Amino acid sequence: MSDEKNKSDQQKSGVSRRSFLKASGISLGVPLVVGHRVINVNGQEVKLYGPTKTSITLTINGAKQTVEVEPRVTLLEALRHELDITGAKRVCDRATCGACTMIVGGKAVYSCTVLAIEAQGKPITTVESLMQGEKLHPLQQAFVDNDGQQCGYCTPGFVMACKAFLDKNPSPTPEEVQKGLGGNLCRCGTYMGVRAAVLQAATMHKGGKNHG
Amino acid sequence: MAEYKWPDADKRTQIGKRIARLDGAVKVSGKAKYNSDLNRPGMLHGKVLRSPHAHAKIISIDTSAAEQMPGVKAVHIINGVGFEIRWAGENIVAVAALDEPTAEDAIRAIKVQYEKLPHLVVDHDLKIAGEWATPTNESKKGDYEKGFAEAEVIHEGVYGMPVITHCCLEPHGSVTEWEDDNLLVHLSTQAVSGIAAQMATPMEIPAGKIRVKQDHIGGGFGSKFGPDAWDVAGAKLSKKAGGKPVRIFLERDAELMVAGTRPSHYAKVKIGAKKDGTLTAWQSESWGSGGPNGSGSPPLPYVIDIPNQSRKHVSIANHVGPSRAWRAPNHPQACFVTMSALEDLAAKLNMDPLEFVLKNKALLGTRKDNYADELMLAAEKIGWKKTWHPRGDKTPGPIKRGLGLSFHTWGGGGHASDCDLVIQPDGSVEVRMGTQDLGVGTRTALAIVAADTLALPLEAIKISIGDNRFPASGGSGGSTTIGGISASTRRASLDALDKIFEKAAPTLNAQPAELEAIGGKIQVKGDASRSLTWAQACAKLGAMPITVRGKNPGPGPLTSQGVGGVQMADVAVDIETGIVKINKIVAVQDCGLIINLKLTESQVYGALIMGVCWALYEEKINDQTTGKTLNANMEFYKLAGIGDIGQLEVHMMTGKGYDERGVIGIGEPPAVSPGAVISNAVANAIGVRVPGLPLTPDRVLAALETKGGR
Ligand code: FES
Ligand code: FES
Repeated sequence: MSDEKNKSDQQKSGVSRRSFLKASGISLGVPLVVGHRVINVNGQEVKLYGPTKTSITLTINGAKQTVEVEPRVTLLEALRHELDITGAKRVCDRATCGACTMIVGGKAVYSCTVLAIEAQGKPITTVESLMQGEKLHPLQQAFVDNDGQQCGYCTPGFVMACKAFLDKNPSPTPEEVQKGLGGNLCRCGTYMGVRAAVLQAATMHKGGKNHG
Repeated sequence: MAEYKWPDADKRTQIGKRIARLDGAVKVSGKAKYNSDLNRPGMLHGKVLRSPHAHAKIISIDTSAAEQMPGVKAVHIINGVGFEIRWAGENIVAVAALDEPTAEDAIRAIKVQYEKLPHLVVDHDLKIAGEWATPTNESKKGDYEKGFAEAEVIHEGVYGMPVITHCCLEPHGSVTEWEDDNLLVHLSTQAVSGIAAQMATPMEIPAGKIRVKQDHIGGGFGSKFGPDAWDVAGAKLSKKAGGKPVRIFLERDAELMVAGTRPSHYAKVKIGAKKDGTLTAWQSESWGSGGPNGSGSPPLPYVIDIPNQSRKHVSIANHVGPSRAWRAPNHPQACFVTMSALEDLAAKLNMDPLEFVLKNKALLGTRKDNYADELMLAAEKIGWKKTWHPRGDKTPGPIKRGLGLSFHTWGGGGHASDCDLVIQPDGSVEVRMGTQDLGVGTRTALAIVAADTLALPLEAIKISIGDNRFPASGGSGGSTTIGGISASTRRASLDALDKIFEKAAPTLNAQPAELEAIGGKIQVKGDASRSLTWAQACAKLGAMPITVRGKNPGPGPLTSQGVGGVQMADVAVDIETGIVKINKIVAVQDCGLIINLKLTESQVYGALIMGVCWALYEEKINDQTTGKTLNANMEFYKLAGIGDIGQLEVHMMTGKGYDERGVIGIGEPPAVSPGAVISNAVANAIGVRVPGLPLTPDRVLAALETKGGR
């Protein structure tokens, strides 16, 4: 379990991959970025990661952050355990409940089902970015006003799903709210509060207030 | 000495108002740290190897490969060679590693040999339960044979609901670490004050050396009262790893397999009445399972005390993850069976079930008048008179609409709960209590009671909970929290106020008994010209803070027990697809004096929504061939989404007749009726009973099939 053992493990797997690639006629290029190698497959450059830890850079709430993770680590876990950004939660861990919702490249995604390495180069927005100093975002304020949370475990994911939803559709009908937010589950039963919160936030937006 | 009672209605400044939860902002901003969010310095990640078999003996365990893996820091065998496994998912070996992927690899590298034993994981048919079925309850009341002889109309039916799980969104688990020979436990728990004593024995250290902390919990619903085997394993792994923090939180599949279920319940019922609807007799033979410890015996018939009764219950101890308290234990089962049988009998009598129940009002116990009021109010809100029709919607087309009703009860008296109210000479006030806020608004309620009593704004009260170094407070179960915490906080606040009056009286040239707290001031009663600000009055304490201990001595003017509620549902059923849609559910509920109307209503909304989940979707499906749970994930263990719940309306009974009962809990009672009320509405819509829950399309279509034609 020593570091030395760790190193020898890394070398072993590295060698075996190189020989595999050689044998299959793919040529290894020079690494362009620390943390992955670039190989040439039929004239196309392909990044090759892992299987050991690799250094990747994520753009989270406007700031670039570098983490070392294995390629199999999800975006959610990279944030939660490597960067201590824990607003998004791991619940179902397979794209059903929405507790892990983040906005990546402008789209709401289930971050439990996105690999951290795949999220490189795209802007990642998490619930932590919404507050302006001590002031809640109007959508967050609407959640508090309408009691859109009980235990609160689903809440950060719900807030982000609502944010992405309102960004696309700033004045939804109640029916659209019920359809558009079907991808988030709450066990405590806060849907009535969430519905009211989304409509309140939408009204404030219509009123021209700062919607963030 | 202060008189321990609640302020009169016109004197309440915060109590009974609609107040947003105080921890709303930290929750919506993602700042709230749940114990599953903790990244403690040097933290290791733990995983548990689980049994693939439902019933087996462990023959051998080989952990050597796992132990030698780089990054693995400790391995602990939870259940060793010779252990008899009694459910799939049972804990075998725990490992702690530098990161989660490594811990997963280590688990995969462990080799276990099992000797498989015969298992039983299904429960719908008593005949196949064999040796695992045990009669647990047989009772009689009156003369049921005579009761049935007197009956002019008799209905017989079989009803059933399967095992469901708690499916807390924050899984069960903990982060445990050692500081010298003291254990620090960050556990996701409903019972902060009760964990140390339960953990002391398996850890072989005095409870006094165990510190338990929790700021927020992501759901419990009855399943998080103790430390689990994996929490104890985490602490042992931590010890082996030199005290480093070890994090073990269950994967979703384990959460659904081993972290608690609600027992199933099936019943053969016979019920009789006179032609005018007067109930005469009840007979039930029921059974249910809840894992190795079997099932409880739900209180049949529910609420309605039919004069002549015969009841038998058989408990099946089978090989599925053990049951735990699930919101209002035994009541949802009893309610579903009783209300279904009542409504089926009403249909046979050609009676409106609302009239039928009112006809038998005398059987509804001490709160029968409340029930009658609540029934009338609910009927008005759902439009019963206008929309109810005899069984079977005769309008053309595939969509059939129907109404149903149900009612329920619960105790909910306050538990023992000590409160320390600390007042500093600068006027700061802190409430310290070893309780927990499950998302029901415990923090907010504590602040409301202290602020209202001391005549201070809510923000002036600091709330410190979630630590077993604070005064002991009961576990949050059985709707006992609000009564306990509000009673002791009210008493502590009143006693503290007496002390402040004593100190302030000389300056105000008055006797302590002549003083009152009002609008942030201590003043001579009714004379605003002779007053001190709160801070000025507290300055009279001198240099030292005062700490006043409040207790909840049990039932009295501050808290009592026993509540009732009525629910009515309006549903639409597509008889071509079997899909049930909720149009509307109305809940009318009493719970004594309400501390915070807004969050009390949230509890009822939450209970209704959870109820839609188990009425329409939830079922833990166990496969008898393999012994495994087939849907231990959230795609196939379904919960309702935001569009599945229809419109919900909640009405709380308050004021005279309710407030003077004192504060009573609300978490359980509204969670009882939803299965019954939705099932009754479906029967009313389609003209036939769907005898089982959840009301999935296949069950609805099968019931329509038995009716013959559509
Ligand atoms: S945790 Fe990602 S969708 Fe549930
Ligand atoms: S508030 Fe508890 S899960 Fe949604």
